[in-house]
Amino acid sequence: MENILLKDNVAEIEAYFAAGGYKPLKKALGLKPAEVIEEVKKSNLRGRGGAGFPCGLKWSFIPKDAEGPRYLVCNADEGEPGTFKDRELILKNPHALIEGMAIAGYAIGAGHGYIYIRGEFAEETELLQRSISAARAKGFLGKNILGSGFNFEIFTHRGAGAYICGEETALLESLEGFKGQPRLKPPFPAIKGLFGSPTVINNVETLAAVPAIIANGGDWYAAIGNGKSAGTKLFCVSGPVNKPGVFELPLGVSFRELLEKSCGGLKPGKILKAVIPGGSSTPVLTADEAMAVKLDYESLAAAGSMLGSGAVIVIDESQCMVKLLQVLAHFYHHESCGQCTPCREGCGWIERIMNRFEEGRADRKDIDTLYSVADGMLGRTICPLADAMAMPVMSFIKKFRAEFEAHADGKTCAKK
Amino acid sequence: MPFKFTEDFKARAEKICAKYPRRDAALIPLLHEMQKEAGYVAEEGMDALALLLGLPYSRVKAVVTFYTMFNREPVGKYHLQVCRNISCHMAGAEGLLTRLRSRLGIAEGETTKDGLFTLSAVECLGACGSAPVMQVNEKYFENLNDEKLDALLEDMKHGRVQR
Repeated sequence: MENILLKDNVAEIEAYFAAGGYKPLKKALGLKPAEVIEEVKKSNLRGRGGAGFPCGLKWSFIPKDAEGPRYLVCNADEGEPGTFKDRELILKNPHALIEGMAIAGYAIGAGHGYIYIRGEFAEETELLQRSISAARAKGFLGKNILGSGFNFEIFTHRGAGAYICGEETALLESLEGFKGQPRLKPPFPAIKGLFGSPTVINNVETLAAVPAIIANGGDWYAAIGNGKSAGTKLFCVSGPVNKPGVFELPLGVSFRELLEKSCGGLKPGKILKAVIPGGSSTPVLTADEAMAVKLDYESLAAAGSMLGSGAVIVIDESQCMVKLLQVLAHFYHHESCGQCTPCREGCGWIERIMNRFEEGRADRKDIDTLYSVADGMLGRTICPLADAMAMPVMSFIKKFRAEFEAHADGKTCAKK
Repeated sequence: MPFKFTEDFKARAEKICAKYPRRDAALIPLLHEMQKEAGYVAEEGMDALALLLGLPYSRVKAVVTFYTMFNREPVGKYHLQVCRNISCHMAGAEGLLTRLRSRLGIAEGETTKDGLFTLSAVECLGACGSAPVMQVNEKYFENLNDEKLDALLEDMKHGRVQR
């Protein structure tokens, strides 16, 4: 099928417009905000940042009678290891995001939208700013958009290097000029979000899908994909495959098809060992599990993992799972915001135990210690960063225990 | 010497503050602006920024130290930031780091004596499909290998890479 999001040669506004762009915005402005939300609900579009929450439902949580400002925030803090889809989407199709934000802003009654983009994406931020100015010059943003009376401005806001700011309430804290430490919920952002006002936060990929949904109808979008997992998804594949990259495919596509058709299979001589299907936080799958799984919210949950951000990390037999877990443990320890004890201390313990394994100082008891520390972190913190550390630890041990034992027994990494 | 903002900086700061309903939301963007000018955020600069935004110094310091992108001391002309996370690791990031350490004679977190290079290992840069990746100042260099890295170092030594 034709791509909805990743299109070639539409980065400039003239080309985007010539391809039918900004017509959906005009159509949406002719509807009532509630009708726009209804259409998005019908589409079954779900959050593409990782959690998979229904988008239309999220929009409908903004109180109808709330006084004062409301905000729309786009989460472009792409930081989940393995994920590089939003960058590609912004570079290729920035106006789909801008138009999606204008439609979302209209639907929830927001006057301002902020794009919170990770600080490292300097080039992407500049491109977005140019695109926003171009859209404004054509009257698609600003005051009285297309004569509708609706006013909407978009600002870009660069982060400064903190994985945690991809968590939506940490993002809000950061956007307000604080350390990125997640907030307790409730109150949820829809009630009390940015600057204390009702706020919707959506991922880049979610918002960029909105114009096509308005253009073609919610039913059209809902028919793509696999049941409750509707629409297309950007899968970002990294690891030893012939053609790594971002691929837009209907949800429910098999991992086998993604690997063999889109990525041209594994590189010569490589043998599949494991796959992390949804970004580094999601539980790892063995080669056999991966080759049998479909990539959508429900199928991956049934397989004991998650669709997450669609970041498919392919791991081959030459890799040591213990070493990879050490790399991840270092990352999560570094990125824990330090607010909750189980995460702050737990991530540190896990990293130190992993260092023991890698340095040949671990014994078999350490495997159980590792597992129990992870188990003690699950669900005991304000935000899911602790879970994001615990899930890889527990799944790596469950599925590749022999490698941990070999490290403990031989005191060295078998693959070195 | 006391830190003073230029008039040009103050004018830009007002424009940035106007994007938000509260001035303090401009804190991180203004720290980026300060770093763009000086290459790092000086201690006295934090104090001055606190005054400019009407914030306690502790708030500015807390933010500067929380986020990894803010340098608290001068860095080299080229800040080499090698991603060490999972996809780059599998694609040989450790080898790149080892090579850089030996070619430059510095460890991570250090700057060469001539002030040309600072070396850092960083977390996922969000470009995993073209691993291994290194960010130099604000620019990404992707699909790196030993040969490309050596050529890039030569280009930087001879000023052929824009700062």
